[in-house]
This record gives sequence, C-alpha cells and structure tokens, in this order.
Amino acid sequence: MTDDHKLLLDPALLGPTEGDAGPLLEAVAIQKRYGRNEVLRGVSFGVERGDVKAVLGPSGSGKSTMLRCLALLEPIDAGEVRLEGRTIGVRPSGSRSVRLPERELAHQRSDIGMVFQKFNLFPHLTALGNVMLGLTEVRKRSKADAAQVAGDILERVGLGARAGFYPSELSGGQQQRVAIARALVMNPKVMLFDEPTSALDPELVGEVLAVMEELAREGMTMVVVTHEIGFARKVADRVIMMDEGQIIEDATPDQFFDRPRHERTRRFLEAVH
Amino acid sequence: MNFDPAVFFAALTSQGFRNGALLAIALTFVAQLTAVVIGLVVALLRGSGNRVLRGTGWTYVWIFRAIPTLVQILFVWNALPQLFPALKEDWFSPFIAAWLALSINEGAYMAEIIRSGLLAVDEGQQLAARALGMTPSSVFRRVVLPQVTRVIIPPTANEFITMLKITSLASAISLQELLSYTQTSISITFRFAEYYAAAAIYYLVIVSIFMAFQAWLERRFQWRSQRGESGRLATTLRGLGAR
Repeated sequence: MTDDHKLLLDPALLGPTEGDAGPLLEAVAIQKRYGRNEVLRGVSFGVERGDVKAVLGPSGSGKSTMLRCLALLEPIDAGEVRLEGRTIGVRPSGSRSVRLPERELAHQRSDIGMVFQKFNLFPHLTALGNVMLGLTEVRKRSKADAAQVAGDILERVGLGARAGFYPSELSGGQQQRVAIARALVMNPKVMLFDEPTSALDPELVGEVLAVMEELAREGMTMVVVTHEIGFARKVADRVIMMDEGQIIEDATPDQFFDRPRHERTRRFLEAVH
Repeated sequence: MNFDPAVFFAALTSQGFRNGALLAIALTFVAQLTAVVIGLVVALLRGSGNRVLRGTGWTYVWIFRAIPTLVQILFVWNALPQLFPALKEDWFSPFIAAWLALSINEGAYMAEIIRSGLLAVDEGQQLAARALGMTPSSVFRRVVLPQVTRVIIPPTANEFITMLKITSLASAISLQELLSYTQTSISITFRFAEYYAAAAIYYLVIVSIFMAFQAWLERRFQWRSQRGESGRLATTLRGLGAR
C-alpha cells in the first residue's frame, strides 16, 4: 500500500509501554481437555510486541482451541495466559487459581481482538453497526462518536462505501474485512486470527491477506492460525507447528520452511504444498 | 334461503359485538404478551446448565401442554378460589381468570417456540460477541435476542391468531367476549346464521389486522439495506426458478 494511504492503526497506541521486557502475549504450559480428550498438552510460546506468529498444523491438532484459550473464551485446565507479563483469566485463591467472574473476563477480552474462520458477523446489524457494537456496549462510547470511529476504520479497510450494507449483502472477503475492523476498533493489544481465509473463495483470499499484511507492517502483534504458507513465509516473524496438542516446532520462516527439524513438520509441509 | 341481511347488519354494527370483539382483542394481547415472557423464562430454564432448573422448565412444558386449555380455564376460575379463598374477592373476574389460564397454558407453547429460536442462533454469534468483551447480558440483549426474534415471528404470529380464537373458550366462564355475546343473542332471537356470520366477520377482520402487523414485523427483521418486496425468501425462490 502507498505511503499516503491512511494507517490502520494509531501509531501512538503501539509504542512500547511499561513492562516491555518479556513477550506481549505468552502461553505457559496450557492444558485443555474435553472429557477424556486431551486437546492441549502443555502448550508454551510467546509473541513479542509487534511480531506476527503463524501457527500451522493439521486439523484437530488444537490450533483453534489454543486461540480460544488465549482469547479467554475457554477456561484452561492448567497453565497460564499472560498479557504484558500479567496473568489473565484467573485470580489467585490460596495456592490455586480460580477463573475470574464473567464480567471481569469480558473486560480483559476487550484487549484481545479475535477474527474467526466463519466471520461471525452479526447478521442483524449493518457493517457499521457490527463495528460500532463493541464501542457502544463495551467502551461505552456515545452512538454518534462510535459511528464516526467505526466509519473511519471501515474506510481504512476499504469498505467505506459498504458501511450501510448488511452482512448478507457482502462478499466473504468483505465480511472478513468488516470482522477485522470490528476487532480492530477496540484498539486490542494483540489480534488472534483463526484461519481467517479458510472459508473464502480463492479469489477473495488476497484482499483479506492484504489487510492483515498491512496490520503486521504497522506493528500489530498477531497470532495467525493459517494454511496460507505464502503468507506465513512472507509476513510471519516466527512459525509454529502444532501436532496432537503440542508445539513441535517454533522457528523463523526460513528455518521452518527450508530446514524443518521435525519429521512431522516435513511431512505436513509436503502434504500442503 | 332464510338469511335476513338486516339482522346480519344490525348484529355486525351492534354495541354488543363491538364490545365482545374489543374484549377478545384485549384478552388476546395481554395473555399472549404474558405468555411470551413466561415462554422466554421457561425456554432459558430448559437451556440451563443446572439440572434442577432444566427439570423445572421441562416439567412446566409437560404439564401445561398436556392439560386441555378448557380444563385449565375452568380450573383457574372454579377450583383456584376453593383452594385459595383470597381469590373469592370481586377483583378475581372472569377476565383475570382467563388471562391467567391462557397465559400459563400458552407459555408452555411459547417456551418451545423460543427454545427453537435460541437453538437456531449460530454459536459463533455468542463467541464473537464475547470476544469483543461484551458482558453476558449485553450479548443476550444485543446479539442473541434480535436473531431469536426474527426466527420466532412466524410461529408466534400463529400463536397470536390461535390465542384470539381460544379466547372464545372463556365464554365457558361467562366472560362476555365475542362468542358468548353471539350465543346470548341467538338464544333470544334464534337467528343462527346471521349472528354466527357476524361473529365470523369480526374474527376475519381481526386476524387480517394481525397478519398485516406480522408482515410489517417480518419486513423490519429482513436485515437488508433495501427493504421491500425482494425478501430473502423471494430472492431464493427466484433463484430456484432461474435454474
């Protein structure tokens, strides 16, 4: 995108703040099971401020579950999620930690943006209404104020002219860009993407990846579960391979794609290429 | 043929029919609206994670769907005052009794309709709303409820129309609604055809107004930037025709 293009992010909001030593977002030995099914078996990794972490792996390897745990949408059975060095989602109670009440969880979630595979736009609201809802309901901004901010951000993802349209009247690519705007408008500290282009027709993938690439370039911290090898190679700072609820490889894109250490990664890359 | 148009038109324009119709409409509205509230609560109970609450909701639907509506009306009017002497006071009128019985009865049906509406909302909707940081009550009011409403409009309109017609059961507890006025008039004049025809016209007109209201409501919940003839269904049907 050109230099005179309006930025997606307000640079003032991205500057390093206090506690900038460790990773911005960190998973520490996260375990998660559904009944007897162990979905996450001790997942640990960190994302540095401004970095993009791509997560690859076969379906059923726990990628989506991991994102939901990071977004505090699912309680974890063991381990910790840390944002800017602070443990989130739980509070200590004696020697154990208990999950925060839903109200406090909601507050913490508003700092973490999430984009879903199936967009999950609210069908009863226009594009503008979708982007406004978090501002009015969570940030308690006035309607007029929220409409202005939301309209502005829709403009920046190239959908200014579509603000009055309902999701059913938008293409998949446009819907996903609205979904990104909806998350972005909350000024999240980190954005999580759960296979954001997997539900799109091939010709619509590019427009969504372009917005994500722009976000990365402007310094947004991102965790992206994806099957887009090209995107991972070009945009990601680190690439993770997940398999059977564990991280089996965590490397730079060059290392990951050209000299994978793990046999499982090698086989996976051959299968998806 | 023995049909006297003069008797028919006199009945149609009589004060008694008008009052009876207004009473039926009033009873329909208060009973149906109360039933929607009861139905929402019972539907949420049935979807609850707590076993006792879920069982309570299930039991409600089981009991009040099983017992005939007329039995419930008669029970409330005749049996409740026997069990609770406080209800022997004047304020416990046939209208109040019918309202109570019809709401409780209809609440069981509305609970199932609203439950189907809740099940119809994609779970990704709540996920996305929660991810934004919305509180549970905010998620329910701003995201779930509007989508449930859209789904339940047609079946609820059905229930509304049914409710109008079963208000006539309240004639059994001497509520002067449309049917009981008709019966009283016939017992004096023995003009069956004219009075039943007049009552039928009233029901037809009232239901037509309900239907217009339903159509307006469905258009409001179409969620398209250009609202008009081309609803989603119409578009789909045209698409099928083009194939």
